[in-house]
Amino acid sequence: MSPTPALVVDNLRKTYSNGVEALKGISLTVQPGDFFALLGPNGAGKSTLIGILSSLVNSSGGDAQVFGVSVNKDRSEAMRLIGLVPQEINFNQFEKPFDICVNEAGFYGIPRKIAAERAEKYLKELRLWDKAQMQARTLSGGMKRRLMIARAMMNEPKLLILDEPTAGVDIEIRRSMWQFVSAINAAGTTVILTTHYLEEAESLCRNIAIIDHGTIIENTSMKRLLATLDVETFVLDVDTLPDELPNVHGVTLRRRDEHMLEAEMARSHDLNSLFATLSAHGITVTSMRNKTNRLEELFVRLVEGGRNGKEQAA
Amino acid sequence: MSNTAANLIALNTIVRREIVRIMRIWTQTLIPPAITMTLYFVIFGKLIGSRIGTIQGGFSYMQYIVPGLVMMSIITNSYGNISSSFFGAKFSRAVEEMLVSPMPNWVILLGYVTGAVARGLVVGVLVLLIALFFTDLHVAHPLITFASVLLGATIFSLAGFVNAVYAKKFDDIALVPTFVLTPLTYLGGVFYSVNMLGEPWQAISRANPILYMVNAFRFGVLGISDVHVGVAFVVMLGFVVGLSIVALQLLKRGVGLRS
Repeated sequence: MSPTPALVVDNLRKTYSNGVEALKGISLTVQPGDFFALLGPNGAGKSTLIGILSSLVNSSGGDAQVFGVSVNKDRSEAMRLIGLVPQEINFNQFEKPFDICVNEAGFYGIPRKIAAERAEKYLKELRLWDKAQMQARTLSGGMKRRLMIARAMMNEPKLLILDEPTAGVDIEIRRSMWQFVSAINAAGTTVILTTHYLEEAESLCRNIAIIDHGTIIENTSMKRLLATLDVETFVLDVDTLPDELPNVHGVTLRRRDEHMLEAEMARSHDLNSLFATLSAHGITVTSMRNKTNRLEELFVRLVEGGRNGKEQAA
Repeated sequence: MSNTAANLIALNTIVRREIVRIMRIWTQTLIPPAITMTLYFVIFGKLIGSRIGTIQGGFSYMQYIVPGLVMMSIITNSYGNISSSFFGAKFSRAVEEMLVSPMPNWVILLGYVTGAVARGLVVGVLVLLIALFFTDLHVAHPLITFASVLLGATIFSLAGFVNAVYAKKFDDIALVPTFVLTPLTYLGGVFYSVNMLGEPWQAISRANPILYMVNAFRFGVLGISDVHVGVAFVVMLGFVVGLSIVALQLLKRGVGLRS
């Protein structure tokens, strides 16, 4: 028997009072233990979907089930299973991080002693323990985002929803946040992530849905989606570059700096001719890697493709 | 863990947080009403009251206005506490912490109301202690005194909650106290007996809910009242039930909270 999905969204619709149709009957399934990317341009409907899942937005139709529990019919039980890291800072900035976490646990009915232990655990894991007794407003932007992750973990959710958690956060803190979330996911928590940093989604997520104008325009595994990309870009580290780059048939070369070259080519193109030409021009390749913005290229293609299709249909 | 136990923990969390907030900003929550009421006692009770002499039942004017002033401070502080605290949570979006949690709406409402009633009671005790510097008081009916304080604070906590739910900006939570609460309080028999008014003002005064709270409390403390104390309690209970239904409906529909 297959396990109960972590999330089933069934024909979910939302029309706001001003007439804006944010969700036009979307359906998707997230399997337990998945690290799922929910991507889309601004205003696509991602935050509305997350709002409905977390009961901050009332749906206009359809339903969502979290581990088999209907958000519409049994809100309280469904909410016990979810942890939410919202896009906007939404804690009382005059409270202390420790109190924010302990109070959050209290809202979920977790006794104070256990709440205090969990607060210490997660604030330590997110490197905030030394700030636990300071007013939250004195924390930096990155610390506030980590505090929201610690807070979301207080009920030890089975489904963790992260709505652009790394917006405006520097690379070092972003990496430490992803290490933490990856470990949580590895321990069994299902994670749904929305982000505009597509390389994050590409490296972290196993499955993906792309939403635009309130409809799902792609819903597949990351591997399968990336396989549809017929163009590949490599980053080559070289000893030195001549003033003029050589011409290689079927390959577009771009200089990134004195010691770095980008080579864009069809996936079917062989690499031997590239290396042979570079070698003939005295360029020695010292290392090579895949450029990790393949998802970004696909994302732009899908979203633009969808819009062009709609314009033509209109 | 049972739902009841979880709800009790959630309720305790909100109440505790509210009380911590009241104590954290005690210079804004506890001191100003004490100073204001001291001025009332000095000016109205001592200076003007000494020229008025006795009023209704042989009580000095100072003794007469003490219950009204205590109730007035309880009402305004309960109202002010919940409206600013809940609207503040809405404004900072911290209210979402509660809205996304499994706790039912009645726990949110009861938690905030309990916090506001607690502030009202603390301020009421402070004002009563200050009053003892100016006059002697013997509580005639302790149970009625306590019940009227509790109901009065609850009514205005609920009203403050409704105000905060509808408020879109901080001005909106100052509007009701300025244009509704203060006039009703001054016209609610705090400083005078409504029996001193002619018609139609006496009849109009009886439509003012604060009149019933002040007089129920005055009956509890002094044993005198302009209205039948039973009627006063029926009116107060009616307001508690009515406002609770309104507040819970607003939470259920998510007015101003969920889109």
